[in-house]
Amino acid sequence: MTAEVAEALEALQQEAQPEQEKMVLVAASGDLDKAWPALILGTTGAAYGMDVTIFFTFWGLGILKKPDAGVTGEDWRQRMLSVFNKGAPENLGLSRLNFGGMGARMMKDLADKNKVASVQELLELAQDMGVKLWPCQMTMDLMGLDRDHLIDGLDDPAGAGSAISLMKQASISLFI
Amino acid sequence: MADVTVDARGLQCPMPVIKLSQAIMSAETGNTIELISTDRGSCSDVPAWADDMGHALKEQFEDSGEFHFLLVKS
Repeated sequence: MTAEVAEALEALQQEAQPEQEKMVLVAASGDLDKAWPALILGTTGAAYGMDVTIFFTFWGLGILKKPDAGVTGEDWRQRMLSVFNKGAPENLGLSRLNFGGMGARMMKDLADKNKVASVQELLELAQDMGVKLWPCQMTMDLMGLDRDHLIDGLDDPAGAGSAISLMKQASISLFI
Repeated sequence: MADVTVDARGLQCPMPVIKLSQAIMSAETGNTIELISTDRGSCSDVPAWADDMGHALKEQFEDSGEFHFLLVKS
């Protein structure tokens, strides 16, 4: 009897518990000035108690690359791409006024001076706050990246279908 | 006197709200949480967050360039 009551109570509680709101961000850019807002909004969504997923695709996947990923891929074009598109937060450039990386360096120094959290710090914070980080499988294949070339603690690589399924349930979906 | 004080002075958006949310998450219902920040954006961000999350914002004032917020966890 007590077990039945407990079971019924649990079922009731589950029913009463509103489902956690969802937020989906698509991080499609490898520019510093896009990675920043994506991670700021993602962490803030988590601070609102939302279930946040960031889907990293195309140039955005570079944000998740390890700094020492090195030359990747089998195809000579993939290998060349990995040389010119190093990825990793410390190598991201600005979409404007980058001046071969000098602009990005100055922007990072300014951010540091103003105590704006770095992309690297926000990425770690996002992971601490339970934000799900999804690498795009197709981009990994296209660019010749393995799971080992990406930072630890990511969710399983996924595709557009998974992203759309999630966005259909999400109250906030943004393409950044 | 607040049960928990969050010192977010010097930190920029989104850190004051994030630090506040983390402190409230580990606090108990009815606890008072004080947040001190220097980020002017907090003046609108903290009330918006508190309203959305259902925590009561009891007090909000500026004192020599620092913004003070007193919240009660719901």
